[in-house]
Amino acid sequence: MAETTANETAAPAASAGETRRDFIFIAAGAVGAVGAALTAWPFIDQMNPAADTRAMATTEVDLASLQAGQQIVITWQGKPVFVRHRTPAEIEAAQRDDYAALKDPATDASRLVQANGAAGKPAFLIVQAACTHLGCIPTFAAGDYKGWMCACHGSQYDTSGRIRRGPAPLNLALAPYTYLTDTSIRIG
Amino acid sequence: MAGPSTYQPASGFTRWLDTRLPILRLAHDSFVAYPTPRNLNYWWTFGAVLSMCLVVQIVTGIVLAMHYAPSIHDAFASVQRIRRDVPWGWLIQPIHAVGASMFFLAVYIHMFRGLYYGSYKAPREVLWILGCVIYLLMVATAFLGYSLPWGQMSFWAATVITNLLGAVPVVGTAIRDWLMGGFAIDNPTLNRFFSLHYLLPFLIVGVVVLHVWALHEAGQNNPAGVDPKEKGDTVPFTPHATMKDLFITVVFLLLFGLFVFYMPDALGHPDNYIPADPLVTPTHIVPEWYLLPFYAILRAIDFNVGPIDSKLGGVILMFGAIAVLFVLPWLDTSRVRSMRYRPIAQQFFLIFVVVCIALGWCGAQQPAAPVIPHPAFKADLRWVEGGTSATRTVTATSERDAVAGFEAAAQEMRQAGAQLVLVNRTSPTQATLTGVSGGTEQRATVQGRDLDALEAEIGKRKASLGAASVPFVEVDRKEPFVFTVTRFSQILTAYYFLFFLGILPLLGLRETASRVPDTIAKSIRGGAH
Repeated sequence: MAETTANETAAPAASAGETRRDFIFIAAGAVGAVGAALTAWPFIDQMNPAADTRAMATTEVDLASLQAGQQIVITWQGKPVFVRHRTPAEIEAAQRDDYAALKDPATDASRLVQANGAAGKPAFLIVQAACTHLGCIPTFAAGDYKGWMCACHGSQYDTSGRIRRGPAPLNLALAPYTYLTDTSIRIG
Repeated sequence: MAGPSTYQPASGFTRWLDTRLPILRLAHDSFVAYPTPRNLNYWWTFGAVLSMCLVVQIVTGIVLAMHYAPSIHDAFASVQRIRRDVPWGWLIQPIHAVGASMFFLAVYIHMFRGLYYGSYKAPREVLWILGCVIYLLMVATAFLGYSLPWGQMSFWAATVITNLLGAVPVVGTAIRDWLMGGFAIDNPTLNRFFSLHYLLPFLIVGVVVLHVWALHEAGQNNPAGVDPKEKGDTVPFTPHATMKDLFITVVFLLLFGLFVFYMPDALGHPDNYIPADPLVTPTHIVPEWYLLPFYAILRAIDFNVGPIDSKLGGVILMFGAIAVLFVLPWLDTSRVRSMRYRPIAQQFFLIFVVVCIALGWCGAQQPAAPVIPHPAFKADLRWVEGGTSATRTVTATSERDAVAGFEAAAQEMRQAGAQLVLVNRTSPTQATLTGVSGGTEQRATVQGRDLDALEAEIGKRKASLGAASVPFVEVDRKEPFVFTVTRFSQILTAYYFLFFLGILPLLGLRETASRVPDTIAKSIRGGAH
């Protein structure tokens, strides 16, 4: 009986060049491949940021004690953020260069916008500290543009945190912040 | 190559073992009877030195792992504890740290040997590629290991290198966060780096086994680059090669010991004795000496090329510098293996070695530093004294025509008698023009040894003029050409790639080689020259 069944299925299939055995091979292979991928995934995905790391940490900063011409470096989600109280001269320099030849064009005002879309205050610039080249922390008020200069590979930023010279491709990234009161902000 | 086995079990036990696990036969055929070309010079002994280095790193590494704590709070202190408190830690930790440098010193000699004598050519392509794989694994292991002491250089080297992956378009950030296990280098990163640093050396052992297998299958190359043809061309591995390898290993260990005992920190960076601080970047981040040439290539690209930005460009070239080695067997078109018989190629090779060392020098310098002295930075200043100024606001019809519109308005003011006009753009389509007239025009030139000094001079001069009588000063800065480390690196990088992608492919087709001896024996007797 078993032989008859085999012959019956084999005969029409043979004409199409496929057998029941081919089907079993492909089906078993497919199950094996999906199984291998599903087994591998947890071992790959475990390296991604863990839940406690991903949890959106917010940081509050008091601006009252920050004098003009100073900056503080704070950490937000493990990443350093610059909070800079700019002098009138620095603000003027930043605004003057809004239409200069910029590698990553942006106006100074657009770099001060808060997370909720409201305009920021020209005096306080809040940007992520990591150089957009390879993540070093640039030195405060150094370089030709007196914004920041990255000692690692020589990238120079202006007082708006825009890239002006060197290998970094982009302006210093903005940090999402909102004013809680006139003199305090929350980042994140 | 090895021919039929000549192993003769000497005792009853070895006869018994030979029919069950012929491991002694394998060892005998591979390291005793194995025919090795009789003309090998001392450049051929570094394979043995490298094997010794790998064993030293694994043994000392396993011991260090017994005392090391892979946590950001304890790592730095645990390494110090190893050096101060753990019995013999003062000896074992420096052996491991210095050992990494010694390992790379030996591997570079080994690689340049292979390059010069054409050891990558048929039938040794797979042997060469396996060697490149080992080198890549070595670089990865060294990088992971360097981050473990959790000093400032450890932390920032890890930051710079993981950020390299962020340059990859689209998926770069996801890969970077996956590798770091967070959004910055932190405890999860240190833990996995320790795990992988422990794993990779054993992968290296595996690839070394394949490398030696491929070597024994294809046979050793030799300084003449001709295959052994008769029995007189080869000698048994033991004692000839064994003794020579042992001798050079002892000499190498003298150098190794010199560093370990007399200057254990000479090859490291003092900043790595400062605990890692994510908020403070050292003013000058440099990798260990053995990666400096690649670091220089990475930094050489400070310009965008079409859709490839400067960062991605540097990353592509840095990895390309290693990737090109993998395809070298198919880039070199010369049918002569050894450069001993390729007088022109020899000179290009010599330049290549110098270029690699110069790239290493560049990697250790500040990118903007001048390589050779340059003329002073100058600026021409123009201003009008005692004039009256008039201000005018100009609005352009569209953003596109703005610049031309402002210039036209300025020209109008000049024709109307303004001696100097200042254009201050205040919005996409608006500018404030200030013109001065009726005063006396003054000129001056100031200079400084660099841009910072020049700006200071300009500032001083402006302040001395006083804002009341002089509304503004026109500054025309003239920057001299400065041959910086970056420019120098660009030239060296160009040669590095030209050597592999241009010189070796073309030279092999055009050059006339000297006469290659027919046999190894003739190359020694000098009969062929």
